[in-house]
Amino acid sequence: MSTYPANYWYTREHEWVRVEGEIGTVGITFHAQKELGDIVYVEMVKVGSQAEMGKRIGEVESVKAVSDIFSPVSGEVLEVNAALTDAPEILNQDPHGAGWLARIRMSAPEELGRLMSAADYEAYLGEET
Amino acid sequence: MRYLPKSEAERGQMLAACGLASAEDLFAHLPPATRLRRPLALDPGKSEYEVVDYFRARAAENLTGCPCFLGAGAYFHYRPVLVDTVVSRGEFLTSYTPYQAEISQGTLTAIFEFQTMLCQLTGMDAANASMYDGSTAVPEAAMMAARITGRRGVVAARTLHPEYRAVLETYARNRVLAVQVCGYCPGSGRLDLEDLERKVTDGTAAVIVQSPNFFGIIEDLRAAADLAHRQGALLVWVFTEAVALGLLAPPADADIVAGELQSFAIAPSFGGPYAGVLAAKERYMRQLPGRLVGETKDARGHRAYCLTLAAREQHIRREKATSNICTNQALVALMATVFMTVYGKQGLRELAEQNLAKAHYLAEKLPLRFTGPFFNEFVAEARNRPPEALNAALLARKLIGGLPLGRFYPELAGSMLLCATETSPREAMDAVAEEFSRE
Amino acid sequence: MSERIRKARTHVSQNEPLLFELSSPGKKAYQLPPLDVPAVDPAAALGPRNIRAGIEGFPEVSEVEGMRHFSRLASWNYAIDLGMYPLGSCTMKYNPRINEKVAALEGLTLAHPYLPEALAQGALEILARLEAALAEITGTDAVTLQPAAGAHGELTGILLVRAYLEARGDPRKKILIPDSAHGTNPATAAMAGYTVENLRSNERGMLDVENLARVVNEEVAALMLTNPNTLGVFEENICRIADILHARGALLYLDGANTNALLGVTRPGDTGVDVMHLNLHKTFSTPHGGGGPGSGPVAVKQHLEPFLPVPRLKHTDTGWAFDYDRPQSIGRVRAFYGNFGVLVRALAYILACGSEGLRQATLDAVLNANYLRQGLMPYYEMPHQAPSMHECVFSDARQTARGVHTMDIAKRLLDYGFHPYTVSFPLIVPGAMMIEPTESESKHELDLFIDALISIAREAEEDPERVLKAPHATRTARVDEVTAARKPVLRWRPASP
Repeated sequence: MSTYPANYWYTREHEWVRVEGEIGTVGITFHAQKELGDIVYVEMVKVGSQAEMGKRIGEVESVKAVSDIFSPVSGEVLEVNAALTDAPEILNQDPHGAGWLARIRMSAPEELGRLMSAADYEAYLGEET
Repeated sequence: MRYLPKSEAERGQMLAACGLASAEDLFAHLPPATRLRRPLALDPGKSEYEVVDYFRARAAENLTGCPCFLGAGAYFHYRPVLVDTVVSRGEFLTSYTPYQAEISQGTLTAIFEFQTMLCQLTGMDAANASMYDGSTAVPEAAMMAARITGRRGVVAARTLHPEYRAVLETYARNRVLAVQVCGYCPGSGRLDLEDLERKVTDGTAAVIVQSPNFFGIIEDLRAAADLAHRQGALLVWVFTEAVALGLLAPPADADIVAGELQSFAIAPSFGGPYAGVLAAKERYMRQLPGRLVGETKDARGHRAYCLTLAAREQHIRREKATSNICTNQALVALMATVFMTVYGKQGLRELAEQNLAKAHYLAEKLPLRFTGPFFNEFVAEARNRPPEALNAALLARKLIGGLPLGRFYPELAGSMLLCATETSPREAMDAVAEEFSRE
Repeated sequence: MSERIRKARTHVSQNEPLLFELSSPGKKAYQLPPLDVPAVDPAAALGPRNIRAGIEGFPEVSEVEGMRHFSRLASWNYAIDLGMYPLGSCTMKYNPRINEKVAALEGLTLAHPYLPEALAQGALEILARLEAALAEITGTDAVTLQPAAGAHGELTGILLVRAYLEARGDPRKKILIPDSAHGTNPATAAMAGYTVENLRSNERGMLDVENLARVVNEEVAALMLTNPNTLGVFEENICRIADILHARGALLYLDGANTNALLGVTRPGDTGVDVMHLNLHKTFSTPHGGGGPGSGPVAVKQHLEPFLPVPRLKHTDTGWAFDYDRPQSIGRVRAFYGNFGVLVRALAYILACGSEGLRQATLDAVLNANYLRQGLMPYYEMPHQAPSMHECVFSDARQTARGVHTMDIAKRLLDYGFHPYTVSFPLIVPGAMMIEPTESESKHELDLFIDALISIAREAEEDPERVLKAPHATRTARVDEVTAARKPVLRWRPASP
């Protein structure tokens, strides 16, 4: 059992976003990394690209699966997590913290209204299983 | 039937265990409309002796066992005895794809050695466990370049093997790749670099050049690579005669290599099965389609090998896969691995030098069509009579001549492509020269 | 526990380094005859820039070391010659050695593909005979032997679909694929420029026909179906499925990987299939060779014949010839004519079996699968109850309660001397265990297999650690595939000084 940080917002595709001012930090949830298994490779779009809510911003690869990552929010990609290149396992170890994937300058903060709260996400997970 | 290890009694016991009365009950659930109501219209099963007789008769209807000067993508080279000894071992011949690494280390280790030797030969950093053949490796390389660059254009040399070009066109049509063909210089027989410069644009993903080319001539790959890279396109180097790699420097500027390994102890066998090479620089490794073997450890800390980077492949990525390819040519690649082991560093060099010597001995006596430098194949003009007539005369002397080029290059209808290898006897080459000069 | 393992015992096996680690300058395993023509200076003939200095790192070993090297490697492999491979949809049947003998005849191996046709009549006759036999077996009208493998055949087949529809003015946009399909199917559809729409199976594990009827419209080019499907279940509605598609101008493609369940019993061409591929390395006994070569002929009904890859075979008064005058052809899918050496083996198998032998192979294959199903059902969960053809699919549902999954059971099977079944496929069955014994297995071998899986089920209950940490007895313990993917090392490099 993992706790899903209460101050994060969640998507149905198992991504999360943490908002600090106009910057949204995004990643995948504990549930997602558990489903994928040991992560072996992470590839994100280039810094400077425009992310769009619900559109692909990268992919995460495990030994048995590859998953597209869809951005929870729209905006310019300011930074991607370079630590994951050499140590993709960080994504398994700390998916909500050190395993963040990208930082985005949000262009449309109102989008957050369409995401799930931690409580809603946990309920959603309960339905899925 | 001798391949079926059950007696009628055993079948009866097994049916009883399943609660069935007869074998027919196993198919009772098939709708009647789907059932075949007659035996298959095939001959009754033959004994071993009859099977051998049938194929012996067919084998006798092909002309083999006499000196043959055909090359053009399939080459006659000696096959070391060790090759068949190794590949006919049941553990190699009848084993499955090494998905279960713990009981497939033989296959996996051999493939790792194969991948390594191909990198050493081609100057690339990563090679896959083989493609079906050279002709299908080419479109795979083009698609790889398209994925890497995000572009759709391909410029392919007209001196690329015509059947390879045909395959590229079939694949490209459906992946929406646009293929343009770049001409050759009628004097040298080499790629027309001015034409190439005109055709390569910032929409080009790959420039595909074969060297030695279809005419046997060595291309200036550095110049071709320059033109490609200047526009941000990748250079794909193609080879059909692997023995050339014993002598020729691999181009340092190639990004992807697509080649054919048939020369390495894979019999010509009327066109297949062969084994293709697909190799690339380090930075493109994850875009390589097909199987890849990687080194790792087992739970006891011993070195071990396994299939890796499988997430790129069809069984996981499905429609997003790098390719739909499933098979590699494992057993055929193993033949090449044993060949490379037998010849080794010095042997490949000596073999290539013998090929060079033989081909140049013959070429010196014939009117050459092109001036460019060549390895073991060249184009000769049939000046006194058409190439087909020349070949008929050679046949009467129990020799098989070269390939008349008119079928692929109408402008070269009066010429033929000849190949001489370490297997070509001097007397046979003298006879060919005689017939060429005869009116 | 070890007295339950009846099929295998541990054994001393040889270690062996890599060729590069055995290598020493000056060792050689070859000898070429002396040149009977003058030597040529490479730099003079080719230009000094074009000559390589040497092949850096390439091995140099003697013939003895070469022989030992590959013999030791061979001893680390499991193979059909040693025992069963219960791999679903792989049809790991016996590889008859007569196939090898005839394929090695020099009149066949030394035939150059560009021999003039008059000098290659034996090769052409073999191709023609095999085409005819495969057409008869599948109930179709024309066959191409060009594709090099199953996936290659699939691509060829879908390109034929596209060409046929284009000739009618509308290639359409999408291909329908059941969610139980092999991964090559959607990958192929994408390569052919189509989008993929996945169709769900019904609770019996078959294609949901009502859903299909709703989904098929003028945007659908074809449905790619496997029959029996990957659950080993015969698609009972196949005739109706074909009708639905044809009514809307779409085609039915059959993935013929499971043809071993059909020989002499039913023919896809008779049930509405327009185009299909075969896997000669499955149904027709050609050896897997550690991963290839295979061969994937494509068989079509008459309306698709004009589009087949070029060249086709034609009979003239002087014998067989290649016909390149095929204006509607999709072109070539490879150089030359196909994996001829594999085709020879497949024809040898068909000739040896004859019509009765092929039919009996199917009967025995289906009987064997049902016998295993019967023996294992009390111990493993069977998610679909429809009758099994040549393969059956269980799930690890009962064992996961103890934390044991299909991959663990598979690894424990290695200790029992068996190659595992197909793990985690088809995807629609979580924790799948897909088992196809083929007709080549005796009752004795099947009983040992049933015993082994029953024992492992018991171990999962009583001593799950034993299963979770398997394999214990193999020369190589469980291989770390995660590190292999995280830090790919795809070639040997000399140690840095």
